[in-house]
Order: sequence, then C-alpha cells, then structure tokens
Amino acid sequence: MAKALLQLIKLEFPDAVLETHSQHGDDTVVVEPGAWKAVARFCKEQLAMEMLADLTCVDFLHREPRFDVVAHLHSLSKGQRLRLKARVGDPEGEHAEIESVSELWGSANWAEREAWDMFGVVFTGHPDLRRILTYPEFVGHALRKDYPADRIQPLVPYREVDNIEKLPPFDQHEGMSFGRQTHLASRGDD
Amino acid sequence: MGELRTPTVQEVLETGQGQGFATTKFEDLLAWAQKYSLFMYPFVTACCGMEFMSVSGPRFDHSRFGAEVPRFTPRQSDLLWVVGTIVQRQAPVLKRIYEQMADPKWVLAFGTCASVGGFYDNYACVAGIDKIIPADVYIPGCPPRPEAVLDGLMLLQDKIQSGDRRPGIVKPRFDPVARPDMGVVQLRRSKHG
Repeated sequence: MAKALLQLIKLEFPDAVLETHSQHGDDTVVVEPGAWKAVARFCKEQLAMEMLADLTCVDFLHREPRFDVVAHLHSLSKGQRLRLKARVGDPEGEHAEIESVSELWGSANWAEREAWDMFGVVFTGHPDLRRILTYPEFVGHALRKDYPADRIQPLVPYREVDNIEKLPPFDQHEGMSFGRQTHLASRGDD
Repeated sequence: MGELRTPTVQEVLETGQGQGFATTKFEDLLAWAQKYSLFMYPFVTACCGMEFMSVSGPRFDHSRFGAEVPRFTPRQSDLLWVVGTIVQRQAPVLKRIYEQMADPKWVLAFGTCASVGGFYDNYACVAGIDKIIPADVYIPGCPPRPEAVLDGLMLLQDKIQSGDRRPGIVKPRFDPVARPDMGVVQLRRSKHG
C-alpha cells in the first residue's frame, strides 16, 4: 500500500525523484531540492497528506551536498506516513537554500524557523524567517557539526572575579567523565 | 531629677548596661531576625521545580524555618531561589531580578544546573549562575533531595547568623543502608531478619 505512494510520486515526477526506499513501513522519497515544493504540494493535494508532523534537518559534515532537509508527512484520513528528503548546501554550509512549504502547512512556519536557526538552511518564500530558539545576537548556527562544542555567546558579561571558570566549590568539568568531544578534534586536523 | 554620672564597672556588669555590649547584641539580634524571616523569590525554570514544590509541601515544609513566604516581586524579597537551568537567553532576566532586590539579599543555587550547569554544557546554557550573580549556598543534586535542600537552608541561616558571605556547599549525606561500612549508623535488625 505504502509502496504505491512511492510509485505515484515516481510517476508524477520521474526526473525529480533521486531515490526511494521502503523498509518496515518507513517510506522515504529523496527528491531534487528544486522540486521540493511541487512534490510537497502533490503529496498534500493528491495523496491526502494533511499533516506535516515535523520538518527538520540533518548535517552530514564532509558530504556534498551537506544537509538533508527532512519532512515527515502524515495522512490522517488514510492513516499513512511518508518522509520527504532533499539534499542542499555545499561542504562549507553556503548556498543551502530550499523553498518554504509554510504556505501548504501552517506547522512548517516554526519548524522552518527552527531549522534555519539551528542549521542555517534558508527557506525561500518563508513569511518571517527569524531565529526562534536562540537570540537575535547569536552568531552562527548551533547544531552544525562544525560549531565548536564549547562555544558560548553570553548576552550578559560574566562577573569579573578571579578564576571564573573554576569558582568554588565546583570544578568546571566535575561529573563529566566522558569529557568533551568535537568533530573537528576527532578528525585531527586542528 | 536624678543625677547624671558615668556608671561604674560594677554597675555595668550587674545591670547589663553599656554601649559596646549593646551594639554587638543588636547585630546578633538583627541576624537572628533576618535568618528566620527569609522572604523568597522563586525563580523556577525547570524540572527541579517539582522538588521545590515538594520542599514547600507539608511533608518537608520549609516554612518551619520561616522561609515560606513567596514574594513575586524582587523588591520585597531577601532570598533568591534559582531553581533549574538558566539559559543564555534568560541570563539578562536573572541578573536584572537580582539587581532589583534590596539589600541584604542572598542567593540559593538549587540543583546541579543552577550550580554548575550540569550536563547542559553547550551553546545554550549558563554553566552555573555564579557566572552572572554571586551565590551563597549551592545545593547539588539532580534534583537534590528535599533533605539536602533543608540542609542548604540551614547552612544559609548559619551563614546569616555568623555574617559569613563566602559560598558554601551542601555536603552529601551518607546512606547507611547503601554504605554499611561507613559505620555512621548501626542498623537495628529484627530478631527474624
């Protein structure tokens, strides 16, 4: 049943579908970013996917294109689920642009703001693309894998006392037996 | 009309009159009054709040220590309870509330997140409120047990009485059941056990 959905999308967009897979009831279509909104509109209007359950992003550092934009669709009337993916961005994280689907599903508005805030993927045509979780003064995108794990951007200056990193009676790393790890450090190129 | 004269040493000792003696007594009296009338400002942001409610409830009840009255304006409160994680976005709010409190004021860091940030060691969180405002007593635990909170409150009262503004930490209590080798408490066993 669900594989029929994949067939329908492949028939409708023969050039835009890059790959599909269907496993344990998990149906995924990877599409060209340029056809993102058209496929989404087709899913909503023809395949009765009334609900956008989630829209998020995955950062595959060192891959070209770098980001996966993932949308989880749910048909309340047919009881089916479908996952759309599109790959955007170069390895530096620039030119990560994709069309907004907030016109189709209202829930995409905040989800796309979050994806932009955390990963820096620009959703063109979004009515109000502002940061939603971090503050406007924040520089960079926090969930990118090349964002340093210990980089903080305080809004108020820290107190001027001696040894601010190790104030009594605690140590900064106390209770952290696993230690800090960043992807840059694990590559060994810095 | 009585005659004005300097009292003798003997008279001072017997009647308790004398300036130096009275001044010291007044400070002690003031500290005693302050430590049993801590009007609190609860700055509750996270899951530690459930434990804070438990401490406020009838089983543990911090009103026994004269610290139960919540004032939801910082201008009327003496004791700032910082309960839960403080994120960078909230930090200006917390600092402003601390600055609005009238002196004398004290700060309790309730739980690991408020004390050091806990495992929220990332872009979003402040690694301990002492990066922004000075804290008087740290209560570790995730969340701390209500007994630990009461220990912290009594530690703060002790500090208020002695005028000590150095930060203090609530030491963990050893559980005699988990650590019988500590020998702190000998458990009474029943005859059949």
